[in-house]
Amino acid sequence: MSQYDLNPDIYNDNVKQEPIRAGFGRGLKKAGELNDKVVALCADLTESTQVGLFRDAFPDRFIQVGIAEQNLVTVASGFAAAGKIPFASSYAAFNPGRNWEQIKTTAALNDQPVKVVASHAGIGVGPDGATHQMLEDIALMRVMPNMVVIVPGDSVEAEKATLAIAKNGKPSYLRLARPATPVFSTEDSPFEIGKAYVLKGGTDVSLIGTGALTYQLLVASKILSDWGINAEVVHVPTIKPLDNDTIIDSVRRTGRAITAEEAQIAGGLGGAVAELLGDNLPSPLMRIGMQDRFGESGAPEELFDYFGLTGEHIANRVQEFVNNKPQYHRDY
Amino acid sequence: MGGKLTIAQLQLKANTMRQDVVRMLKAAGSGHTAGSMGMADILAALYFDILNIDPKNPNWSERDVFFLSNGHTVPIQYAAMAEAGYFDKEELLSLRKLGSRLQGHPERTKLPGLENTSGPLGSGLSQAAGFAYSLQYLDDSKHRFVYTIMGDGELDEGNVWEAAMFAGKYKLSQLIAFVDRNNIQIDGNTEDVMPLGDLRGKWETFGWHVIEIDGNNIKSIIDAVNLAKAITNRPTMIIANTIPGRGVDFMEYDYKWHGVAPNGDQAESALNELGIAAAKIKIKGMSL
Repeated sequence: MSQYDLNPDIYNDNVKQEPIRAGFGRGLKKAGELNDKVVALCADLTESTQVGLFRDAFPDRFIQVGIAEQNLVTVASGFAAAGKIPFASSYAAFNPGRNWEQIKTTAALNDQPVKVVASHAGIGVGPDGATHQMLEDIALMRVMPNMVVIVPGDSVEAEKATLAIAKNGKPSYLRLARPATPVFSTEDSPFEIGKAYVLKGGTDVSLIGTGALTYQLLVASKILSDWGINAEVVHVPTIKPLDNDTIIDSVRRTGRAITAEEAQIAGGLGGAVAELLGDNLPSPLMRIGMQDRFGESGAPEELFDYFGLTGEHIANRVQEFVNNKPQYHRDY
Repeated sequence: MGGKLTIAQLQLKANTMRQDVVRMLKAAGSGHTAGSMGMADILAALYFDILNIDPKNPNWSERDVFFLSNGHTVPIQYAAMAEAGYFDKEELLSLRKLGSRLQGHPERTKLPGLENTSGPLGSGLSQAAGFAYSLQYLDDSKHRFVYTIMGDGELDEGNVWEAAMFAGKYKLSQLIAFVDRNNIQIDGNTEDVMPLGDLRGKWETFGWHVIEIDGNNIKSIIDAVNLAKAITNRPTMIIANTIPGRGVDFMEYDYKWHGVAPNGDQAESALNELGIAAAKIKIKGMSL
């Protein structure tokens, strides 16, 4: 297990923070510089989805489709048929929230390399409230055959993920968040589609996170270490294809697992890990995320606190879990 | 590619394709008869006159592109493709069977020559528009055209009108679309299920050039496409008035034939009628 290159400032109050979507904006512009087949489509949300950078650099390759998310992805499928690499961007609530069937039929089943980019996913949308807080998308996209599903943990990783899906030749889903999020990775940290990364080794429990929750797991692990609990932190930026080996190896070491995501625990990362462990290594598991309920209005940090998704809340739940659930071992 | 076929030869192609559809659907035991039969003349005109394609090289980079949007009518497209030489005609009878490349609704990845995967309605026009945009604005490829066919019931779908606005805004002049206006959908007549009203007016206000034709008249179909190609500042919508179940007396105009296949007796009767019609076309063709 090679050492993951973590930002040395992650536990400082002045840790760099940036919206995850900002990395997508930079990555898309770079992808456009690297390949003139890259085109970007947007549904009247060009600035907030960060597609503006690409539009300004490559106005001829930017296509405005208006508030029409079904058309967004199906036109993108047509661009892909014509040999282009289309990035179809809107808010997660509408894309894939509004156009899931079109994505399935014209991108996934049709095997066209449409890149569905969902900004403003999760409760981090904040004051806009439950209608705009997409929490079901990881589950929705993960069950779709032939779809790659990526949830970057920070803006630096989002940039790498954008460049990676520009090259993978597959229908792909990229889930991004709106608020400023601490940057835990560095330019030198690895990112490869289909790989999970052990950010911090541990022996007592595997904390398995995706998206913005991975940083909260790092915070939780630091608190837990003060309490004498040595937690391993595994970052899973690719939900599909899932890095089964890295997750199973980790849980084999620690004997217990906790997942964390800014999404419904049903069917999302929690669902994926539950399926994986159920099939291969039945182990005590707790899934942290949205517990079969909708979000509501509030500041993002208030909502993370209210729904128990901060490092402090997670540390408390991990401690209780570790105190009450045995570690899996071979005779279990 | 050879020389152009005469109208009589194209009518015979359509007749043969109709017979193939009857055989295919009978063998499959399910499928959509009325639309497939009604669209035979358009598909014959496309595959044997209009489309610049090479069946032996389905991925030819300079080809015209055809997106079937109402995927349930794919039997008539399969029949046209087999007749054109994309694959052996014997394969037609594998329609809807396990392991077949001829899925119940078309899947691009299964059969070379198909340009899209469709069935869920309302998305073909968008895909055609994306392709046409690419040709017009990114590839500077003015000689290629993009075609699509939608059913009239399909126009109930909101996705269609999103695409209509998009194509109108960007003046996608290499996009030529057909509506198969046969006035039926599964639950009944289109004007009862969800009235479409003034279709010409609807498309015109979205910025399209509209041509209305007899969609069972092959010469009209070809003339309309030639006119559409000459319109260089707008996309064209060809409203093709067709007779559902066209060519078989007991199927024509009856919405109940939308989603069912003929049984053995019905198929035999249909093939007899089509055979007589083919003989008449041949006699008429010789006398011309």
